[in-house]
Amino acid sequence: MKLIYEKSSPGRRASTLPSYDVPGVEVPPELAREEPPRLPEISEPELVRHFTELSTRTFGVDTGFYPLGSCTMKHNPRVNERVVNLPGFRDLHPLQEAEGAQGALELMWRLQNELAEVAGLPAVSLQPAAGSQGELTGLMLMRAYFADRGEQRHKVVVADTAHGTNPASVTMAGFELQKVETDERGNIDVAHLREMVDGDTAGLMLTNPSTLGLFDEHIEEIAAIFHEAGALLYYDGANLNAVCGISRPGDMGFDIVHFNLHKTFSQPHGGGGPGGGPIAVRDRLEPFLPVPAIVREGEAFRFDYDRPKSIGKVRGYYGPFGVFVRSYAYIRSYGPALREMSEVAVLNANYLLARLKDAYDLPFDRLCMHEFVLSARTLKKEHGITALDVAKRLMDYGFHPPTIYFPLIVPEALMIEPTETEAKETLDAFADAMLEIARDAAESPDVIKEAPHDRPVRRVDEVKAAKRAVVKYGFEDHPDLTKESSEARELEAQKGA
Amino acid sequence: MSQLSLTDRDREEMLAAIGVSSVEELFRDIPEGVRFRGDLDIESALSEQELVAHLEELAAKNVHTGAELSFLGAGIYDHYVPAVVDAVMQRGELLTAYTPYQPEMSQGVLQGIFEYQTAICELTGMDVSNASGYDGATVAADACYVAKHVTGRSKVVLAEAVSPQVRQVVKTYAPGFGLEVVDVPHRDGATDPDELGEAARDAACVIFQQPNFFGVLEPAPDLAAAANEAGALSVAHVDPLSLGVLEAPGAYGAALAIGEGQPAGNYQAYGGPHYGFIASRADYVRRMPGRIVGETTDVDGKRAYVLTLQTREQHIRREKATSNITTNQTLLALAGLAYLSWLGPQGLREVGETCMGLAAYAKERLGLPLLFPDQTTFKEFAVRVGRPAEEVVREACAKGVHPGYALKRDYAGVEDALLVSVTEKRTPADIDRLAEVLAT
Repeated sequence: MKLIYEKSSPGRRASTLPSYDVPGVEVPPELAREEPPRLPEISEPELVRHFTELSTRTFGVDTGFYPLGSCTMKHNPRVNERVVNLPGFRDLHPLQEAEGAQGALELMWRLQNELAEVAGLPAVSLQPAAGSQGELTGLMLMRAYFADRGEQRHKVVVADTAHGTNPASVTMAGFELQKVETDERGNIDVAHLREMVDGDTAGLMLTNPSTLGLFDEHIEEIAAIFHEAGALLYYDGANLNAVCGISRPGDMGFDIVHFNLHKTFSQPHGGGGPGGGPIAVRDRLEPFLPVPAIVREGEAFRFDYDRPKSIGKVRGYYGPFGVFVRSYAYIRSYGPALREMSEVAVLNANYLLARLKDAYDLPFDRLCMHEFVLSARTLKKEHGITALDVAKRLMDYGFHPPTIYFPLIVPEALMIEPTETEAKETLDAFADAMLEIARDAAESPDVIKEAPHDRPVRRVDEVKAAKRAVVKYGFEDHPDLTKESSEARELEAQKGA
Repeated sequence: MSQLSLTDRDREEMLAAIGVSSVEELFRDIPEGVRFRGDLDIESALSEQELVAHLEELAAKNVHTGAELSFLGAGIYDHYVPAVVDAVMQRGELLTAYTPYQPEMSQGVLQGIFEYQTAICELTGMDVSNASGYDGATVAADACYVAKHVTGRSKVVLAEAVSPQVRQVVKTYAPGFGLEVVDVPHRDGATDPDELGEAARDAACVIFQQPNFFGVLEPAPDLAAAANEAGALSVAHVDPLSLGVLEAPGAYGAALAIGEGQPAGNYQAYGGPHYGFIASRADYVRRMPGRIVGETTDVDGKRAYVLTLQTREQHIRREKATSNITTNQTLLALAGLAYLSWLGPQGLREVGETCMGLAAYAKERLGLPLLFPDQTTFKEFAVRVGRPAEEVVREACAKGVHPGYALKRDYAGVEDALLVSVTEKRTPADIDRLAEVLAT
C-alpha cells in the first residue's frame, strides 16, 4: 500500500474553504514561511479510500478476539460514541464560564463519585491523561505529602512483575527504585519485603491482581508493613477489571489508586490512545491533588483552585473530557451491577485457563483472576516453538495474539485476558486454536515458524527498523529498504501490556 | 446486561469445566478481610435509551460554540473540523485497536502513525516526531526531560508569554526531574531575546511560544538563537495552523518543536482528548519520549512498519526509560493527519491567512485600545475594555456572544484585558456583531 504522500499530486486538494472580503495581512518577512510543508495533495475520494484501507489493515476489537493481557480489550459500546458526539460535549470550550458548563461539571462530579465508590477511597482527580500519568501523579502526591510532613523519603518499592511504567514513573518522580521479588505461589515475597522497608521508604506500587493474574493472598500483611513504616501504598489499576465491586483497593489498604478508563471503563483505545488515568486517594492525600477540584455547592458545580497544598496541574484543563463521557455512560449502563462485569471477566479467564493448562506450562497453578499467564517453555525446548511463534500462528486463525514475553519473570510468557464481553463460542474457538498449535509444534513446526501466512505483511525485520531509523517519509530522498536484505528478526521482547 | 455474552447454560458448563460450583468460588484467593460484601453505591442502571436521554440532558446544560457566537480561544480553538475527520474517527478498526505491538495485525495504524510523524516533521521542519504526547502542556514537560538528559543542566527557562496551562504543567513536573524553573517576563507582549539569552546561560532548555499566548508574533528566530548560543535547547511551542504562514521552527534553528494539536483536526471537547506533538532534530532521536514508528521490510522484502527504537521505552528499559508514556493519543493524531491531508499545503496557508485577515478586521472593527499596540498578532489579540473584563464577558454572554478570555485569570495588572480569538469560522458579520455587543 502506498503512503499518502506517494498518492499526492501538485495542485490537487480535498478542502474547500470560505473566503471573506477583508484585507489581507502581511507576515513580517523575517517570520514568514519560506518553504511550504509538503503535506499530502489529494482529493477527497482518494483521502477517504486511503484511510479506509489503513483501517482494513488494522485489527481492532470490532474485528475479532483480542486477548492482549493487561490491556482489557473489551467491547466498546456504540452508544458511548453517540453521546460523546453530542454538540454540548464535543463543541464545548474548556474555558467556557462555569455557568455555561454546568452539564460537563456535573458529569465529571458524578464520575468522580462513582470512581471513589469503586476504589473505596473518598477523593478523586480526573486530570491524568493515562494510566502512566496517573502513576506519576500518585508519586508526586507521595512526594508532596512527605515534604509537607517534613520527611525525606527516597525509595519506592515495585514488584518484579510490574509493568515497565512503574519503574519509569518512579525515576521521573525523582525517587529511587527498589525491586521486590515474587514467591513460589506468585505472591510478593513478604520476607524480602520486610528486609527492604524502612524509614526511607516512601511507598509501594503494586498491581493487584498482579500481572500474573493472581490476587496477592498477603495483601493485608503487605499493607501493614508499609503503614507501620509510615509509608504509602499505590494501586496500579491496570487490572481493576477483575475486582470491581468484589474487592476495593481502599479496603485492601491502598492510599492512592489510578484507573485506566481505556481498560476497565471501555474507552476505545484508538490504536494507542486516548486513555484516561484518574486517581482516587485517602483523605490525608486530598489536599495535594491536582487543581482544579470540582465541587458542588447546592445545585451548582464549580472549579476550586484554592488548594494551597496542591501539586499543581499535570495536564491542560481538566483531563480528557471525552473519555469521561464514555466512562460515565459505561458505568451508568451497569449501575450497582458493575460487579457482574468483573465476575464474568474472571469466569471467562478461568474457563480458558482450564481448557489450556494441560497443553502449555502453567507457572503458578492457581485459579486466576481476569487474566492468566502461560509459558511456551516446553514447546521451545522440545520443538523450538517460542511464545513469539505461537503469537504469530494465532493470527492465521483470525485472533489477535496475547501479550508475550511479559511479565518478565516468566520465560516464554503468554499473557491472556479474554474480558467479560466474549461469548463462550469465541473462547472455545481460541482454545481450539491454541491446542492445535501446541499439537502442530511437534508435527509441523515449520507452518508455525513461518506464520503469519495471510496478513498484509509477514514477519517484519525489527532490527533493520531500529538500525536504519527511517521514521518519516523522505520524498525524493526516501531510502528503498526493500533492496536491502532482510530476515525475520522480530525481537523476543515484550509485546503488549 | 447487553455487554455480556454468556447464557445461564454457558455459565454452568464453564463452571463445570473449571471444576468449581459457583462464580463466588473463583474469588477464594481474596482474603475475607478485603472482600467487598455490599452493593456498590452507584446510581441505578439505565437502558440505552434512558442513558442517551440522561446524557442529552447533561449536554443541554452546556453552552457550546454552536450555541453562541464565540471568540474564546486562549489555546483551544473553534476551527472547522471537516467531515472526513469524522469518517476516520468512526472506523471501528482504528477506534478499537490497542497499541500496535504486533505489526502484522496493525500495518494500517502503523502506517498512519508514520504518515502523521512525517506531517509533523514537515510542519515543524524537524527530523523526528513521536507518535503523539498527551496534549500541548505535557509535551513541554517531555521536552524538559529530554533537555535535562542532553545537557546535564538543571534549570528550565519559561517565557511568561507561554500558555499558562503549559507553564503550570512544567512547574508540576520539574521538581521530580530535579529542575528549577525560571520565568522570563514579557516586555509589552513579546519576549526580549537578550533577557531570554541571559536567563538561558546555565539552562537545560528555553521554552517560548509562537504565536505566544497573547497572539503576538515573537521574534522567534532571535529567541532560538539566544537559547542556542547559551548552550540550552531551544524549544518552540507552536500552533500547527500557523505553520502555513509562519516559519517552521526547524528553519530558524530550534532544537525541538512542540505544540497542541487540537486546532488541527480535533474538536474542542472541553479540553480533551487531543494530541500533543513533539518533534526534534535528529540529534535527540534516542532521547525522544514515547512511541515512534519506523519503516522496515518483512521477511519477503516487502515494505512494512513497526514500533521502533524501543530500547528508549518503559516496557524495555524500565527505570532507565526516556519517559513513562505508554498510552498516547494515536486516534486524535490520526484525525490530525486526516485534517492536514484534507487541507494540503495550500489550504493550510489559506486558513492561516484567513484567520489573520479576520483578526485584523476585528481589531479595527472593535476600535478598542490594544493591550500591546506595537505588536503584530496572528489569530488572536488582547484589547482593553475599560472595565473589569469578566464583567464584560458576563454581559456579552447574556446576549449570546462570548467575547473572549479575561486575561486577569492568569496575569496580574490586566483587569480590563480581553483576549479575542478569531478563527475562519467567524464571518465579518459575526465580528460586526461582536463589535456591537462590546460597544454597548
